[in-house]
Amino acid sequence: MTRAEVREVNGELGAFRVKVLQKPRYIDLKKCTGCGECAKVCPVVRKNEYDMGLSERRAVYRRYAQAVPGAFAIEKRGSSPCKVACPAHISVQGYVALAAQGKYAEALKLIKEQNPLPAICGRVCHHPCESACMRGEVDEPVAIDSIKRFIADLDLHSETRYVPEIKAERDAKVAIMGSGPAGLTCAYYLAIEGYRVTVFEKLPVLGGMLTVGIPSYRLPRQIIEAEIDVIQSMGVQFKTGIEVGKDITIADLREQGYQAFFLGIGAHECKRLGIEGEDLEGVYPGVDFLRDANLGKPIALGARVAVVGGGNVAMDAVRTALRLGSRTVFILYRRSIEEMPASREEIEECREEGIEIQTLINPVRIIGNNGRVEAMECVRMRLGEPDSSGRRRPEAIPGSNLVIKLDCVIPAIGQESDWTCLTTECTCTLSPWGTMRVDPVTLQSDAPDIFAGGDAVTGPRTVIEAIAAGKQAAISIDRYIRGEDLKEGRKEEWLAVETIQPAAYDPVARERMPRLAPELRIKAFDEVQRGFSEEQVRREARRCLSCGVCSECYQCVEVCLAKAIQHDDRPRELEFDVGAIIVSTGFEAFSPEGPDTYGYKNFPNVVTSMEFERLLSASGPTMGRLVRPSDHTEPKRIAWLQCVGSRDIHHSGHGYCSAVCCMYAIKEAIIAREHARGELDAAIFFMDIRTHGKEFEKYYNRAKEVHGVRFLRSRIHSVEEVHGTHDLLIAYVTEAGKLARERFDMVVLSVGIQVSQQAKELAGRLNLALDGYGFAEHSSFAPVSGSRPGIYVSGAFQGPKDIPESVVGASAAAAAVAGILKPASFERPSPKTGLPSLDIDPLGPPRVGVFVCNCGRNIGDVVNVAEVVAYSRSLPHVVYAQENLFSCSQDAQERLAKMVHEQGLNRVVLAACSPRTHEPLFRETIHKAGLNKYLFEMTNIRDQDSWVHQGEPLAATEKAKDLVRMAVAKATLLEPLLEEELAVQPVALVLGGGLAGMQAALSIAESGYRVHLVEKTDGLGGHARHIHTTWKGEEVKPFLGSLIDKVLGHPLITVHFESETIYSSGFVGNFRSTLRKKGIARQAITIDHGVIVLATGAGVYHPDEYLYGAHPHVLLWYELDQRIAHRDSLITGSRCAVFIQCVGSRQTEHPYCSRICCMHSVQSALKIKEINSDAQIYILYRDLRTFGLMERIYQEARAKGVIFIRYTPDNKPLVRAGENGGLEVEILDPILQRPILIRPDFINLATAIEPSANENLSRYLKVPLTENGFFMEAHAKLRPVDFASDGIFVCGLAHYPKPIEESLAQAMGAAARAVRVLAQGVWVTSGISASIDPGGCVGCMGCVEVCPYGAISFIEDRRVCEVNRALCKGCGACAAACPSGSATLSGFTRKQIHAQLSAALN
Amino acid sequence: MQIFHPRVLAFLCNWCAYAGADMAGVSRIQYPPEARVIRTMCSSSVSAENILKAFQMGTDGLLVGG
Repeated sequence: MTRAEVREVNGELGAFRVKVLQKPRYIDLKKCTGCGECAKVCPVVRKNEYDMGLSERRAVYRRYAQAVPGAFAIEKRGSSPCKVACPAHISVQGYVALAAQGKYAEALKLIKEQNPLPAICGRVCHHPCESACMRGEVDEPVAIDSIKRFIADLDLHSETRYVPEIKAERDAKVAIMGSGPAGLTCAYYLAIEGYRVTVFEKLPVLGGMLTVGIPSYRLPRQIIEAEIDVIQSMGVQFKTGIEVGKDITIADLREQGYQAFFLGIGAHECKRLGIEGEDLEGVYPGVDFLRDANLGKPIALGARVAVVGGGNVAMDAVRTALRLGSRTVFILYRRSIEEMPASREEIEECREEGIEIQTLINPVRIIGNNGRVEAMECVRMRLGEPDSSGRRRPEAIPGSNLVIKLDCVIPAIGQESDWTCLTTECTCTLSPWGTMRVDPVTLQSDAPDIFAGGDAVTGPRTVIEAIAAGKQAAISIDRYIRGEDLKEGRKEEWLAVETIQPAAYDPVARERMPRLAPELRIKAFDEVQRGFSEEQVRREARRCLSCGVCSECYQCVEVCLAKAIQHDDRPRELEFDVGAIIVSTGFEAFSPEGPDTYGYKNFPNVVTSMEFERLLSASGPTMGRLVRPSDHTEPKRIAWLQCVGSRDIHHSGHGYCSAVCCMYAIKEAIIAREHARGELDAAIFFMDIRTHGKEFEKYYNRAKEVHGVRFLRSRIHSVEEVHGTHDLLIAYVTEAGKLARERFDMVVLSVGIQVSQQAKELAGRLNLALDGYGFAEHSSFAPVSGSRPGIYVSGAFQGPKDIPESVVGASAAAAAVAGILKPASFERPSPKTGLPSLDIDPLGPPRVGVFVCNCGRNIGDVVNVAEVVAYSRSLPHVVYAQENLFSCSQDAQERLAKMVHEQGLNRVVLAACSPRTHEPLFRETIHKAGLNKYLFEMTNIRDQDSWVHQGEPLAATEKAKDLVRMAVAKATLLEPLLEEELAVQPVALVLGGGLAGMQAALSIAESGYRVHLVEKTDGLGGHARHIHTTWKGEEVKPFLGSLIDKVLGHPLITVHFESETIYSSGFVGNFRSTLRKKGIARQAITIDHGVIVLATGAGVYHPDEYLYGAHPHVLLWYELDQRIAHRDSLITGSRCAVFIQCVGSRQTEHPYCSRICCMHSVQSALKIKEINSDAQIYILYRDLRTFGLMERIYQEARAKGVIFIRYTPDNKPLVRAGENGGLEVEILDPILQRPILIRPDFINLATAIEPSANENLSRYLKVPLTENGFFMEAHAKLRPVDFASDGIFVCGLAHYPKPIEESLAQAMGAAARAVRVLAQGVWVTSGISASIDPGGCVGCMGCVEVCPYGAISFIEDRRVCEVNRALCKGCGACAAACPSGSATLSGFTRKQIHAQLSAALN
Repeated sequence: MQIFHPRVLAFLCNWCAYAGADMAGVSRIQYPPEARVIRTMCSSSVSAENILKAFQMGTDGLLVGG
C-alpha cells in the first residue's frame, strides 16, 4: 500500500486496530502500464527529488526507472485557487501551463470544457481567478484573463475553429429563452450532448447584455458573433425578435414537443432612483441608454451628463456618453472609491479618458424646466457603520446639499428582470427581489421542466457566473430528460491550495496590457485593450507558480490509452486488524544548510554525498558523466569532508556517528576515479576512518594502495570559494596542529543520517519511546522490539546502520512477529504443478501463435506492428499471428488463451516488453489455457527496441522482425518442462550453542518447528559467559541465564552437548547430518532436517607481543572483565592503565577490523573510572571505531579524562618491563610529535577475533569462506544470512565479529529465513534446470568444477556426473563447460540457442 | 558511399546485462539498432562453440554481457 500513513493504533499485542490514511495516487495502479506517455505531455515541471533536485520531472511522474510499483503517480497539492475561485471552475492553472508551452489548441479545448465564450470572457470577465492567484503573494497575480483572451483570439482567427464533437444525436428538444451568456452556454453544452436546442431572443440581436449592455470598445461585436458562430455550427437554432410570453408561450412550446426550458433572460430593467423628477425628459436609465446606443439608435444627451452609480454599467454608460459627443461627463457615487464595484481597470481607463468620478455624493432631486432636466440637487455623504454587504453604509451629511447643472442624468444603480415569459401555465415562483426561485445546485425551478440561471436568478452579476449557471443547467436538463437523479454527485468539494512560500520565488513583473491611446479611443468605439503578444503570453504564463502542482489540464487523460488516470481520486481511510506492527521508516540525510556549514547552497560546487551519488549514477541527471555543477566541466580534484552532521554537537546536534559515511565516501572516491579514468585527485578529510564492516578494511586499504585515494586526518577550518572560479579552498588543521590549505574543483559533504520529523511524529502516534536523537529505544537483548509490546523496529529508525544490518533487522523483526503470531497464520502458497489436460499434442508438429504487442503507443509509435504481424505469418510453423493493444490487459490474456484452443497452438511467442517482468504472467496464462507453461517464448521489442531506437522506425521494425524470427525459431524447439515438488523436512539443525545459536534455535522453535541444537562444549552461552555488560550498561548474565533456561525448557528444542557434525549431505528441505558425541561411546546420530543454521562462533586471538603471557599484568579483554567484575585489587588500586587497540587486527595476520574492540575498551575504561576515578587511563588506538550510537561512550570517556593517543602501524607502542617488575609503555604522541612514557599498573590488549575452524563445514555443505575464514554469505548487502545454496543460513560471529545486539538480531534474521523454507512445506524446483545425459558423459567432472551451487556430483560407481535438481539454479555453466555436450540446460538447450543464433544471422 | 551496418550478436545474462539493457530502455537511452540479443540464464552458459558458430555464420561483432 503506497502513499499510506498510519494515523492511529489502538489495542495491544495480538490485537491491534490500525487506522491508515491512504493518499490518492490519481492513477489506477492496476491499469497503469508505466509507459510514461502521460509524463511526456504534462506541462508542469518539478524538481526531481530522486536526483536530489539536480534534474527535473513532471507533475505526473515515476520516482525512478526501476521504482516498485512501476505505475506513475500525480503530485497534487490541491486544486489551484484560481480554479476554485472561478465560478465556472475552469482549469486555469492547466491552460496557463499549456500556454506557457505554446500548446494553445489544447489550452482552448480545456477552457471550453467549462466556458464556451473565452474570447468574450477574456475581455470582460471580472476575473476572480486573478484575485485568488498565489502569485499575488509574491508580487502581482498572473494576468490570467489576458492569457485566456490570447488563446481564444488565436482560435477565433484560425482557419479551422475548434468545434467540439457532438456525442450522439438525440431527438429531445430543449428551448432556451435569452441568448446572453447563460443561454449560450446552456445551448453549447446541450448541443454537445446531442439535443435539439432552440434559443429564443426578444431583441433583434443575439448576445443579451454582452451585446446591448457592454459597449463595443470593451467587447467588439465581431467577437460575440464569432463565439456564437461556433454554437450555431453545432446545430443550435436561434430565433431573434420573439418574445416568449407574447409571441409564443411556454404552453405552446410544450405542445411542440419541447421537453425542457432554460430561462436565461437576464436583468434588463433599470431600477429607479426613487427621487423627485425621475420622469423628466433627459433622465435616461443606464441599461436602456446602453441598449439604445449599442443598437445604434440616434441619441442626443446634451453637453453635461451625470451618471449615477459605481458599477460597471455606470462606467460603461459614462464612457459611452463621452464617445457619443457629450463634453462633460462624470460619475456620481454615494460611497468612496474603495467601495466601487466597478473593476479597477475600468476606473483607471475612465480617468485616462478624462472622466471625473465624484464620490460620497448622492442625488436627492432632479430639477426640471419645461419638462426637461436642468439640474440635480445632491447631498454630500459620509461613511458610517458597515451594512449587511460589509461595506460602510453611506449617510447624508445634513446641510451639505448642492445643485449641479445638467442636461442629462443616467441612473445606473441596478437592474431587474422582466418576467413576461412566465404565463399562467408556469408554476415557477419568484423571490421578493423579483428573481426566479431555483434549487441552488440543479437550477431547477418549482416547475420541474423549467430551469433558470444567470442574472434572472441572481440579479445583476457577472458574465462568468452566468456561464457557470448555463453549464450547470445543461447538466441538469440532460439528467432530467434522461430521467436520472439531478443531484447525485454534484456537490463539489474543493481542496484548494492555501499557502505558498513567497520567499521561495523571485519577483517577475506582470505583463501590461497594451491599450489604445486615450485621445484616439474617445472619438470612436474601437477596442481599447489590444491584447497580449505571444511573447507576452509565454512570459506571463511562466509567472504561474504551479501552486497546485498538477494543473489539471487533463492532457494525461487524453494520451493514456490504458485509461488509468483518475483525477477525481480521493484520500481513503482504511482500518486493519493486525497482531503486530513493524516500523522501518528509515532515515533522511542531514541537510547541511545554514551559515556555518562549508558554503553548501552558496557555492555551487559544494554538494552533499547524496547529490554526488546521483552525479555518479548512470541513471542520474548527467547519465553518469561526472561534472561539477557550476560549469559542467569534469573535476580534477575532489575533496570529501567527513562527519558533516555526525559526531558534531555544535552544528547538527548529532553526537552520534552515522556509521556508513566513511565507507560510502571511499566508494564514491573510487568510483569517481574510475569515471575520471584515474585522472582525479580524490582526498578524504576525516577524523577516524571507520571501516568496521565485513571486508570494509580491505576496501579501505585498496582505496589507499591501489586507487591512490588520499586520506587526510584533519579538522576542517573553512571552505571558501576562490574568486571568479567557483573552485574551493579548504583550510584545515593537520593532526600535528598545523594550518594547511588546498584547492579543489569540488567538495563533497559526507552527510550523516537522521530520523525524519515524520518518523518522529509516527512514533508519537504509536506511543513508541525514542532516544534523544529520535531513534527508537530498544534493548540489546531484544534488538528489534520497540518500547510498546507488539511493535517491532528495524533499520535506521533504530540507529545509524549499514544495509546488511538493516536487512538483518528486517528479517529479525519478521522472526519476532512469526514467534508471537500462530504458525497457522502463515499462508501456504497453493501448489501449482502438474500438467492440465489439453487436446493439443505439445510434442506434435509445432503450431506457433505469434502475438505482437503495441503496448499502447510505446511500441506501435516506433515499430510498425502490423508489418511485424504480417511478417510473422510468413515464418515457418506460424499458424496464427495478431497484434494486441496491451497484451497484459485482462481481455488480451483471455483472447490469448482462447486462441490457443481455437487455433490449436502448441507454442506461443509474444513480442512485447521484458520477459524479466512479464514472462511469469503470460506463462500463467498459457498454463491456465492448458498448455505447459514452458512452451512460451517472449521477445523484447519495447525496452530493447522501440524505446531505444525512437528516431529509427524502419530499423526498429526490422529489428522487431528479426527478434520475432529468432523467438519463433527457438519456440519450435521448446519442450514441455516439469516442475518438481520436494517435501521439506520440518526440522532445523542449528550448529553452535552461543548466543546466536540459542536465539536462532529459540526463534525457530517459537514458530513451531523442531530444532536440534548442537554444541561442542558441555554448556550453552559461548563467549557471552565472559561478558558482563553491554556498551549500554545492560547486565548480560540475567539475560543469558533466562535464554539458556528457555532453550533447555522448550519442548521443540533438543540440545546435543559435546557434539559436532561430522558430515552433512542433501539439499534444501532434505538434509541428512551425522553428529558425533564426545566421550567413550563415540556414538553417532543421524538427523534429517530441512534447514541448517551455522552459528559456530569465533575464537579469541592470543598474541605473542606486548609481553602477553610474559607479564602477569598484561591482560586480554575477557581477563580484564573478570577482574573488573570481581573488583580485583589490580583494578581498585591502580593509578594508571593502558589499553592497546588493534592487537592482531588490521594487520597482516588478521587484516580485518574486529569491530567490537574499541567499544569494549572504552566501555571498560569507563567502568574502571567508575570504580576508581583516580586512575589515569590511556587508550592507544589507530582509528577509534565507536560507530553509530556507541559514539556516546567515547564522548563520555573523553569527558571523564580518559586519554586517547593515536599510533600508526609503523610506530606501534613499545611495552617493556621496567625496574621493579613494573610495566613501561613508550609511544609517539602525534600531536606533540615526541615519544612519551607511561608506567601503567596493567595493560589491556584489545585482541582480534579469529574465525573458528570452519573448513570442514565449508567443504561438506559446499558453502564458501572469505579469505579471512569467516563464512561468506550470498550477498554482502542484500542477503546477509543466506548462502547461494538454499536452506543454509549463518549468524553470529561465524559471519563476522559483532556486538551482542547484532548477533541476536542476525540469529533472529537467520531463523526467519529458515522458517520461511520450513513453512512452505514443499520446495518447488524450476522447470529450467540442467541435466546430464549419462550416455554421453565421460565423467571428466568439468561440470562439477564450474557449478557454483554444488549441484553436480560425480557418481563413483557409474563414472558419470549427475545433477541434483533441487540444488540446480539453472545457470547453464555446466552445459557450456561439458566437452561432450552431454550437459544441457532445459529451456536454453544447445539446439535452441543455435536456432536463435542462425535465425539472427540469416 | 555505402554505410556499413554491422551485424552484432549479444548474449546477455538474464540477471544483469539483460536487465541493464531493459534499464537503458526505461531510461530511453538511444543506441544503434544493429544488435540482436539472445537471453541466457548466465553468461557462463555461453560456450565457445556458440561464439565460434556466430562468427562462422557471419556476425561482425559479438558481445557477451554478464
